[in-house]
Amino acid sequence: MSTNKASRIGEEIWKTRVDKVNAELVTLTYGTIVAQLCQDYNSDYQEVNKQLDKMGYNIGMRLIEDFLAKSGVGRCANFRETADMIAKVGFKIFLNVAPTVTNWTSDNNQFSLIFDDNPLADFVELPDDGRAQDELWFSNILCGVLRGSLEMVQVQIEAHFVSDVLRGDDTTEMRVSLVRYIEDEMPPEEE
Amino acid sequence: MSYYFTILSPTDTPIFNIAFGTSKGGGDGIARFRFPDTAQYMNQFIIHSSLDIVEEAQWTNGGMYLKHVDTYPPAAAYISAFLTPSGARFLLLHQPPQLPNSNTGSLGSSSLLGPGGSTTRASSSSIAANPTSPQTEEAVRQFMNEIYESFVKTAMSPFYKQGMEIRSPVFRTKVTAAGKKWL
Repeated sequence: MSTNKASRIGEEIWKTRVDKVNAELVTLTYGTIVAQLCQDYNSDYQEVNKQLDKMGYNIGMRLIEDFLAKSGVGRCANFRETADMIAKVGFKIFLNVAPTVTNWTSDNNQFSLIFDDNPLADFVELPDDGRAQDELWFSNILCGVLRGSLEMVQVQIEAHFVSDVLRGDDTTEMRVSLVRYIEDEMPPEEE
Repeated sequence: MSYYFTILSPTDTPIFNIAFGTSKGGGDGIARFRFPDTAQYMNQFIIHSSLDIVEEAQWTNGGMYLKHVDTYPPAAAYISAFLTPSGARFLLLHQPPQLPNSNTGSLGSSSLLGPGGSTTRASSSSIAANPTSPQTEEAVRQFMNEIYESFVKTAMSPFYKQGMEIRSPVFRTKVTAAGKKWL
């Protein structure tokens, strides 16, 4: 399945099958969550990143079902197809953005998502305490969402942000690496 | 023309201030107030003393922009005000480079002005010459509206708390840019 086809599917579902909510509602709600976490963990941003990732993981595990039901797409033939599906269909129907898939490694196991537009981060300016700029990944929930949803379809990945415009970088880039395809395993106790 | 701009929170805490000069008519954007450098607090005195008048004026019409509300004649300082619905107040003090000729008599004391009579006016645009003219009111209105827009965006940042000092460099840059554009 080509990138273009994935884009078309995403566009089609976004137009016809998705309930929309006000973007500022999403932005402000998410922003409040992150700000509250920063407060709860006394600005321990490593911990905040971890919590966001965990929240995303729990979201992803449920969201995948919704995604498959809405999109009706089948199994991806390879990891490249998975990447297009995430970027052009997944992000499109849930956030109405379509990040660019790029920077593939030669073994096709790692790629980057470049976000031109990040609805979670509108209006946001990181706290100027001298650490948030270097430690907090504001949109880290997205990494968790990808990890959780892919795990439910037997793809184990690792995802993390490598740059963020909020920190003053030129782009917002998430690095996604395939760890392994999870094979069905028998529970160990049962004979 | 020199400007001093302040934002006050609904509880009268100053949350932002900046001094800048005109960029129109060959101005270099640097504030040159008539007070000596050691007396820059005069700007704050004058601007805060206009708050009573702002409070009186705020119910006179439905608009957020109150135009020119107060004048402090000894320093030829003019104050324009803008209210946001949440109660924050934007106050702009503007001071022409020298007394407009027509007003010299009525403004009284010129002791703070240093040697007068010099004809090297930095700017001859109507904004600098007439702080109460309709063109000036309009320019200030544009300026205030632009800042209001940036202010709303800044206040929407999840890490900004109501009534907190605005430390965002982005906001400061936008205010400077708006000043350059309109004043």
